[in-house]
Amino acid sequence: MLGFVARRLVYLVPVLVAVSLLTFLIASLLPGDLAYVILGDQATSDKVAALRHDMGLDQPIWWRYLSWLGHVLQGDFGRSFRTGQTVLQAVAERLPVSIELMLLAELAALAIGIPLAIACAVRSGSAFDRFMTGSAFGMLSVPAFLSAILLIYLFAVELRWLPATGYVPFAEDPIGNLRCFVLPALTLALGEWPVLMRVLRSDMIATLQEDYIAMARAKGLKPSRILLVHALKPSSLTLVTVTGINIGRLIGGTVIVESIFALPGIGRLLLGAIFTRDLVILQGTVLFVALGYVLINFVVDLLYAVLDPRIRHGHA
Amino acid sequence: MNEPVLLSVEDASVELPTPRGNLRAVDHVDLAVGAGRTLGVVGESGCGKTMLSRAILQLLPKKAKLSGRVMFDGQDLARLDPERLRKLRGRSLAVVFQDPMTSLNPVLTIGTQLIETLQEHLELDSLAAKKRSAELLAAVGIPAPEQRLTQYPHQLSGGMRQRVAIAIALSCEPKLLIADEPTTALDVTIQAQILDLLAREQRRRHMAMILITHDLGVVAGRTDEVAVMYAGRVVERAPTPELFKRMRMPYTEALLAAIPKIDAAPHTPLPAISGRPPDPTRPLQGCSFSPRCRYAAGRCFQEKPPLAAAESPGHQYACFHPIGIMAGAGT
Amino acid sequence: MATLELRIDEDVATSPVARTRRLGLLFWMAVGWMIFVFVAAALANVLPLPSPTDMDMLERRGPASMAHWLGTDGLGRDELARLIYGARISLTVGLCGPVIGLTIGGALGMLAGYFRGRFESVVVGSMDVLLAFPPLILALAVTAYLGQSVLNLTCILGVLGIPAFMRVARAATLTLARREFVIAAQALGATHARILLRELLPNVLLPLLAFFLLGVAVTIVVEGALSFLGLGVPPPISSWGSMIGEGRESLEVAPQLAFIPAIALFLTVLSFNLVGDTLQALTNPRQSAL
Repeated sequence: MLGFVARRLVYLVPVLVAVSLLTFLIASLLPGDLAYVILGDQATSDKVAALRHDMGLDQPIWWRYLSWLGHVLQGDFGRSFRTGQTVLQAVAERLPVSIELMLLAELAALAIGIPLAIACAVRSGSAFDRFMTGSAFGMLSVPAFLSAILLIYLFAVELRWLPATGYVPFAEDPIGNLRCFVLPALTLALGEWPVLMRVLRSDMIATLQEDYIAMARAKGLKPSRILLVHALKPSSLTLVTVTGINIGRLIGGTVIVESIFALPGIGRLLLGAIFTRDLVILQGTVLFVALGYVLINFVVDLLYAVLDPRIRHGHA
Repeated sequence: MNEPVLLSVEDASVELPTPRGNLRAVDHVDLAVGAGRTLGVVGESGCGKTMLSRAILQLLPKKAKLSGRVMFDGQDLARLDPERLRKLRGRSLAVVFQDPMTSLNPVLTIGTQLIETLQEHLELDSLAAKKRSAELLAAVGIPAPEQRLTQYPHQLSGGMRQRVAIAIALSCEPKLLIADEPTTALDVTIQAQILDLLAREQRRRHMAMILITHDLGVVAGRTDEVAVMYAGRVVERAPTPELFKRMRMPYTEALLAAIPKIDAAPHTPLPAISGRPPDPTRPLQGCSFSPRCRYAAGRCFQEKPPLAAAESPGHQYACFHPIGIMAGAGT
Repeated sequence: MATLELRIDEDVATSPVARTRRLGLLFWMAVGWMIFVFVAAALANVLPLPSPTDMDMLERRGPASMAHWLGTDGLGRDELARLIYGARISLTVGLCGPVIGLTIGGALGMLAGYFRGRFESVVVGSMDVLLAFPPLILALAVTAYLGQSVLNLTCILGVLGIPAFMRVARAATLTLARREFVIAAQALGATHARILLRELLPNVLLPLLAFFLLGVAVTIVVEGALSFLGLGVPPPISSWGSMIGEGRESLEVAPQLAFIPAIALFLTVLSFNLVGDTLQALTNPRQSAL
C-alpha cells in the first residue's frame, strides 16, 4: 500500500510544477504593465520605473518565475496591494465557506442520485427507469446558473421559504447557516446527480448480473442486504471516482453559485479580484485553487485503491 | 427407494421468451431425491441442467416462466411466497456454483460471506458466528482458518475457494445441496478432493445432494441415481450401477465413450460426439438426439420417444432403438 | 460452462433494443430546433424585427403585444429581437470555439496516435497539464488578464477544448492504425500524409464530429455562465447568458425576462446534447449516455 502511494506521489510533483508554471505564465499575459495598474492615476514614468524595480518586474521572466516560486514554497503567495491582506489570509477566511458548499452539494447530489440509481437498476428497462434516465439526461442540459434562477424564483420569490442571498456564519447560527446553503447546494446538486446516478445505475445493472449476486440470493439473504452490501460496494468504484472528479469540477461551479447567492467563498474572492483588478489576489487564488484541484484528484486515485482491494494487492 | 422423498420435481418446464418464439430450456422434467441420497444430473452444455437447478431454487431470470411443481419437504417452491422462500434458501436448500471466483463476492472478506449466512438464518451473534465460521473452514480442510476469515477470495487458490463455497453452503445444515458443476473450473488434481469432500459431508449430515455435471465419470461411484439430460428433457434415468451396466440410450453410450480412459493405449482417438446440441429455439419434431445418433431410423425423426420403463426397476429411457447390454463399466 | 450456458439462454431471451429506434421523433425535433435557431440567427438582419437596441422607455418590462411579440426588457428593448441577436452571439462562440478544439486537438490526437513514441508522450503530457487546471477558473483568469471580447472568449474556450478532442482523436486513431487497411497502405508505400489524410481521417472524423456537437453544448453553457456573471461577452453585446443575468434583476416583477432566454438556452443545449449523444451511440455504443 505504501509503495502504491509513493509511486503516485512521484507522479504528482511534476504536475504541481507544471500547474504553477501555467499560472505564472497566464499572469504574464497581461498586456501592459502591472506597475501601471497598481499605481493607477498616480503613474509617472519615474514611479513606474521605481515600482518595477522594487517588484522585480525588470528581471527576465525565468528569474521572476523562480523568485515567485520560491516565495510560494515558503508560504508567501503575495499580498494584495488593494486590501493589504496576504493571499493566504484571504483564502483562509473564505475557504471554509466554499468547502461547506461543495460538501453539501456533493452530499445532496449523492442523496438524490444513489437511491434513484438503485431503484432504476432494480427496475431496469421499466417505464420508471426510462423516465428517470431521460430526466437525468435532460438535467445535464440545465447549467447551474439556470437551476439557480429557477430555484430562486420558486423558493425565494414565489414561496418565500428560503433566502435568495446572504450568509450567516455557522458559529453564529447553525440553522441560519444551513438555510443559506440549501438553495446553493441544491443548485449544484441538480447538475451533479445525473452523472452520479447514471454511472451507479450502469455499474449496478452489470453487478446484479454477476454470479455472486445469484449466490447471495441462493443464500437466502435479505434483498436489502444484497443490494446495499453485495451489489453496492463492487459497483461504487466508478461512482467514487466520478464523485471525486466532480468535487474538483465543483470548484468551478462554486464561482457561479457563490456569486449568485452572495456567499463569501473562494469563488467570490476570485471574482472580486477580477472586478477590482487585484491581480496579486487573482494570481494567488488561481494558484491555490489549481493546486487544490490536483490534490483532490490525487486523493481520489488513492480512494480507488481502498475500495477495490484487488488494486491494493496488485491484482487487476 | 425406501427413503422418504425430500425433493420432487414434477413435470417442470421452463420457457423463455425470445424474438424467435418461446425457448423450452427445460421440457417436462420429473426428478426426485431423498434424504441421504445423491442424484447425478448429466448432460452437455445447453441441455438445460443449469436452468433446472435455477428452477429448483426459484432463481430463474425475470422473463422465464416455470410450470409444474417443485415439491420440497412438502411445499411447492414454485408457489411459495418470496419471504418464506428466502428463509428456506441457504438454510434448508443450499447450492455450490461452478466457478468460485465468480460466485464469491470479490470485495467482501471470506469471513463476511460466511458470517452473514449464519447470522441471517441461525441468528448467531458475531462472536459465535466467527467461531462457527472458523470451525466450518477447518471442517472443509482449509488450513489456518482464522486467518482466512479476513482474507479476500482472490487471495486463495481455486480449490480453496471452492472449499469456502462448500463451507458456506453447509453452514446452516441444509437438507438438500445442489452442486452445479462443482469441479469443472478446478484442476483435475483437485477435482477428486472436492468431490470426496462433498461425499463425506453428505454422509455425515445425511443430506440429499444433486450433483450436476457434464462428465459421466464424475457421477460413477459417487451417486445413487443418475438422470441424463438432453435438449431439456430427461432421456435416461437409472440407479447408477444399473446405468453403467445396462445403459439403453445411445446418447448415454456416447457420453461414456467420450470419457478418456486412463488405461487406454496412448494416442487412442477420443470419440467425440459428432454434431452439436440442438438449437433450443427450433425444437425438432422427432427425437432431439436423432441428427447425431448412429442408430437413428425412420420413426426417430417423426416422433418424440416417451420416457418408458425398462426391465429393471427404477430404470427409464426415451428411445425407440435402445442399445443392448453394454460390457465394461465407467471409471 | 454451466454458467455460460445460462448466459447464452439469457442473451437469446432478452432481445436487444433496436438501435435505429434512437433516430426517432426526439432526435429529429432536436435537429429541427438546431436548424431553426441557426437560421434565425443567421438571418437576423433580414427578419422583420424591431432593432434590439432601440429603447422604449415608456414600455419597460412590457408584456407580449402586437408590437413586441415577447414583450420588452428592463430598458424597453424588444425581447424577441434581443433573443435572436443573442442567439447570434451564443452560437458564434458556441460553434467557433469547439472548431479550434476540433482542428488543433483532432490533429494533435491523430498525429500522437499514429506516430506514438516520444511525440505522443509530450502531447499527452501537456494536455494533462492543461486538464489539471479547473477550466472555468482558467477561462476567468485569462479573460481577466487579456480583457473581455468575443474573440478572446472564443479562443480561450476553444483552447480549453483541445485536450478533450485530442483524446477522442487519439483513441480512434489508436484502434484504427492497427487495422489491415493501414498496414496494407503502408506496404504499398504510401506516405504518412497520405495514410493520415486518406485512410485515417475519414474514420476518425465521425467520432470527432459527434464529440464536436457535445462540445458546442458545453461551450454555449460556459459562455452563458461567464456572460451571466458579466465576465463573458463585453457589454453592450449581449448573448443569452447576459440576458439571463439582466433578467435576474427583475425576477420579482417580470420573471419572463430571465426565463425566455433561459428556455432558449436550455432547448439549444439539449438539442446539441441529444444529437451529439445519438451520433456518438452510432459510432461507439459504449460511450453513449442514454
